[in-house]
Amino acid sequence: MMATSSSRSCLQYLLHLAQDNVDFRLPEIKALLALSGKPFHPCESFKEKSPFWCLNGLSEEDVRGIMARSVCAKSAFELWGHGQTHTELRTSLLNYPSENMSPFMHKDSTYRINVYTFNKTLAFADRIKRIDAMEYLPFKGTVSLKSPQHIFCLLEDYGTDPNNIPEHPDYIYFGRWIADGQRELIRSHSVKNRHFIGNTSMDAGLSFIMANHAKVKENDLVFDPFVGTGSLLVACSHFGAYVCGTDIDYNTIHGKGRSSRKNQKWRGPDENIRANLRQYGTEKMYVDVMVSDASKSVWKEAALFDAIITDPPYGIRESTRRTGSHKDITKPPDGIYVESHVPVSQAYHLSDIFTDLLNFSAHHLVMGGRLVYWLPVYRPEYCEEMVPLNPCLQLISNCEQTLSSHTSRRLITMEKIKEPEELDSLAYLADPRFSPYQGHNAFREKYFSGLNKRGKENDKSDFNG
Amino acid sequence: MKLLTHNMLTSHVKGVTKGYPLLIKATEVKVNEVEFNPQFVSRMIPKVEWSCLVQAAEQLGHRQDLPGELVPDYEKNEEFLKKVHRVLLEVEVIEGCLQCPESGREFPISRGIPNMLLNEDEV
Repeated sequence: MMATSSSRSCLQYLLHLAQDNVDFRLPEIKALLALSGKPFHPCESFKEKSPFWCLNGLSEEDVRGIMARSVCAKSAFELWGHGQTHTELRTSLLNYPSENMSPFMHKDSTYRINVYTFNKTLAFADRIKRIDAMEYLPFKGTVSLKSPQHIFCLLEDYGTDPNNIPEHPDYIYFGRWIADGQRELIRSHSVKNRHFIGNTSMDAGLSFIMANHAKVKENDLVFDPFVGTGSLLVACSHFGAYVCGTDIDYNTIHGKGRSSRKNQKWRGPDENIRANLRQYGTEKMYVDVMVSDASKSVWKEAALFDAIITDPPYGIRESTRRTGSHKDITKPPDGIYVESHVPVSQAYHLSDIFTDLLNFSAHHLVMGGRLVYWLPVYRPEYCEEMVPLNPCLQLISNCEQTLSSHTSRRLITMEKIKEPEELDSLAYLADPRFSPYQGHNAFREKYFSGLNKRGKENDKSDFNG
Repeated sequence: MKLLTHNMLTSHVKGVTKGYPLLIKATEVKVNEVEFNPQFVSRMIPKVEWSCLVQAAEQLGHRQDLPGELVPDYEKNEEFLKKVHRVLLEVEVIEGCLQCPESGREFPISRGIPNMLLNEDEV
């Protein structure tokens, strides 16, 4: 029940979250709060999987800040009352301090009340009934459906089971609408309409979620060591970060070779990462991309990047490889390396990719900077201890996206907590916890053997190969 | 390749101990206008090896009046920040190569993109 002593300084805010990517929501909201130095204080009845979260200890400005970035949250409200029944809601609302309500209800104001139901569709007449029942609130302004100054919302939660929808809602909220989140970005940045794409281009929604988990902010310098067609750079540049990336694949970086589009055989002349940023108006955030092997760092020894955000190749749709020696290959006879020469690539063990990535991040992230990357796992063998560690990086979050009955990928977020020392690079050799992922080197074999066993199970279209 | 990138790169040829900075041999250089952002330039200056930046701008014939020493209180000096902005983000090497100062190994730059891959016998 709302405390009668509450004032504008200790208001509660209600977030309405989307029910897709459920695992990714809490780390996103926490990261966005951390960006502005705010704590995450949910109310006592907080349930992570619920579409509604009540948060304490925030200002309206804080909430606007979250909503300007979140792709997991749909809308935010200043919570005026709540309860398990409409009677409880009424008591709660009538207890809400009138000085908190009156600025939005005076006679010169215009307003509208929306009714939102989760897991149930209400008939139009029922919606009107719900609105009419709110007449106990002292609205003095006039209703304007088209352009109201203030929007209020009655939200009814009918649980999360679509096969068992209760007659009455489990919980009801009423509040003043503050802001919507950035769900629109999922459509406006859809890979379907993007200029330059590849077989493994990251889904737009997940790209923005990754940028949020990484706490990417304005004027950051962000690096993707497995940049591909630059989907993650597109998302980071949207949030005001300057971006750069490398990839071992010469054709991808130069936008040459076969097209990933259905009706087009070859890539066009201007299909590249820079053109993708241009498409979304963020070319000014483009620093550079290079052809380079992530296992052979070309960067000077310094804390250069505010965030490292990447989707390493797992060998399903794009092969894992690095440059390596091969007995049969010798220096070209004339001693000159042709510009487009692509050296022989060796298989790059998955566990080595991640050990290298963590070690690189320990050296090249600024203090407090974040590494965000995908770790593929074979679900029957997965345990938390398998997530690679590094003495300089603290694990912040670990979210699963299921790909099939036996495979998934986990979005891992780590934060740099100390500068590397001489001994740190040896730590993983001494401590078995630093390299428990080795069993997953055969991920590719396991992935395909699982497919064969099950017949024709399809991998999800957004799975990076 | 922008000079901000060049400033952060080092040679990774096996056995090389003094691989920084890479020499720039440019056959085509372009100046692409980029929106000036004083906050970003101020953030990058502490990460930049100043003498290397001046030298690189000089090599490309785009030093203009960029001072040899970093000026104090640069955050408030918009005129100075604009000069740094120009060399960090607007001057781009389109064609040419980067050369390791110790081994002499050249890394080609084409269509503005450096190719830093080493060959089989170099790793």
